[in-house]
Amino acid sequence: MAVLEVRHLCKRFGENQVISDISFEVNKGEVLVIIGPSGSGKSTLLRCINRLEKVDGGTISVCGDEMITGYETDKKGIQRPVYASPEVLRKIRLNVGMVFQNFNLFPHFSVLKNITDAPVCVLKQDIQSANEKAMALLEKMGLKEKAQAYPCELSGGQQQRVSIARALALNPQILFFDEPTSALDPELTGEILKVIKELAKEKMTMVIVTHEMAFARDVADRVIFMDGGVIVEQGTPAEIFSNTQNERTKAFLKRFSESDL
Amino acid sequence: MTNGFAVKAEPFVLAFWKGCVCVDFEYLLKLLLILLEGMGTSLKVFALTLIFSIPLGMIVAVGKMSRHVIINFPIRVYISIMRGTPLILQLIFIYFGPYYIFNVTYDRFTAAIIAFSINYAAYFAEIFRGGMQSMPLGQYEAAQVLGYTKSQTFFRIILPQVVKRVIPASANEVITLIKDTALAQTIGVIELFSLAQKQSSFIFSVMPLFVAGVFYYILNLVVSGAFSFIEKKLNYYR
Repeated sequence: MAVLEVRHLCKRFGENQVISDISFEVNKGEVLVIIGPSGSGKSTLLRCINRLEKVDGGTISVCGDEMITGYETDKKGIQRPVYASPEVLRKIRLNVGMVFQNFNLFPHFSVLKNITDAPVCVLKQDIQSANEKAMALLEKMGLKEKAQAYPCELSGGQQQRVSIARALALNPQILFFDEPTSALDPELTGEILKVIKELAKEKMTMVIVTHEMAFARDVADRVIFMDGGVIVEQGTPAEIFSNTQNERTKAFLKRFSESDL
Repeated sequence: MTNGFAVKAEPFVLAFWKGCVCVDFEYLLKLLLILLEGMGTSLKVFALTLIFSIPLGMIVAVGKMSRHVIINFPIRVYISIMRGTPLILQLIFIYFGPYYIFNVTYDRFTAAIIAFSINYAAYFAEIFRGGMQSMPLGQYEAAQVLGYTKSQTFFRIILPQVVKRVIPASANEVITLIKDTALAQTIGVIELFSLAQKQSSFIFSVMPLFVAGVFYYILNLVVSGAFSFIEKKLNYYR
């Protein structure tokens, strides 16, 4: 069953076509890794599915719920999406988790409160069970003793693990990672990649945008290579990283040394 | 003596000293009571101005950030006039304006509160706007992705952080306001400074003015102390 289905997605910023006609799907328990040069539209793609950006064309469906019901033409003759009802959008919102490049933890909340606040506030869980769930997640992230600390007291890697726990606390059906290690020192990226691998083992459905090629090859069930707003090639890690026949994919991967792969 | 400063300073110090030693204890007590009463009025102006100007400032800040020209243009004009003309002139205008235009008079104290409130709201608005706009976009996005509603995002995530950011600049304004309350006398509000001036001319000494200065200073010690306390309290995170 497809958890996420994207069909003919288009996104422009002014005259700049960032995403043109992208279609793909993600099945339950699958790990999809999106690679590609900077500015190829990878992050924008995630942000469109998350409704952090409005799309200009195409449809998105999450767990069978259609996010966009149709298109209408406004007074200026521009095509605009018609989004589904607030109830459906809310359901989709809670099914999709997001981990940001810059963590975006709430600095005025303790680690524990960062994780429990959304379940209590948004899902109306009682504080007791939200706390228990959060502590279990923190233990899994190896941060149990940091529950009462504030984000500013943690290293970047620890902050990113908290933000993963925060996303997981809402029990999303699919989890997005937008370059989760790009803001971290090289020696800290390892701890994040380990956590993501753990989640992959537990059959968490994930879409990961990353520049860590070795990791991508290791964790992915399927890899998409994007460039210039289109999917250039997609396939298994072996197909993309070892046996690609596509010149653009080859040129891109050549920049990463053999030792990286 | 050739030193101009000393020549001028000597009579001043002398007069001040005379003012202190010549008055009897009974008068001193009376003076303190008078000035305390004046301070009460000053504090009333101060407190009421804060109560009105801070919420008004928030509304103005939101209005200025509005994308609609119909909303943000009048607010830009309002802020620019409030910050671009003397407060003393605004006081006079607000008290005497209605008299000259509609031939109505009203309470001086009310006029002072109105003038101070709309003036300080303009300054507070700019401080609040700066605080709001300094918030990283990522905070809004994280809240949105986690399913917070717009009002939850504002009251739980954004506002507490904005408060921390605007405290130092607001402290400046609040301290200035304590001293600015002295301007209320221009439209005849009898407050601390005007009473001190009256007593000064009454006993031919600057001593009452000096005491008034001490009063203002003590008030501001309390205010700045309170702000340091709040700042320290909010220092548990960065």
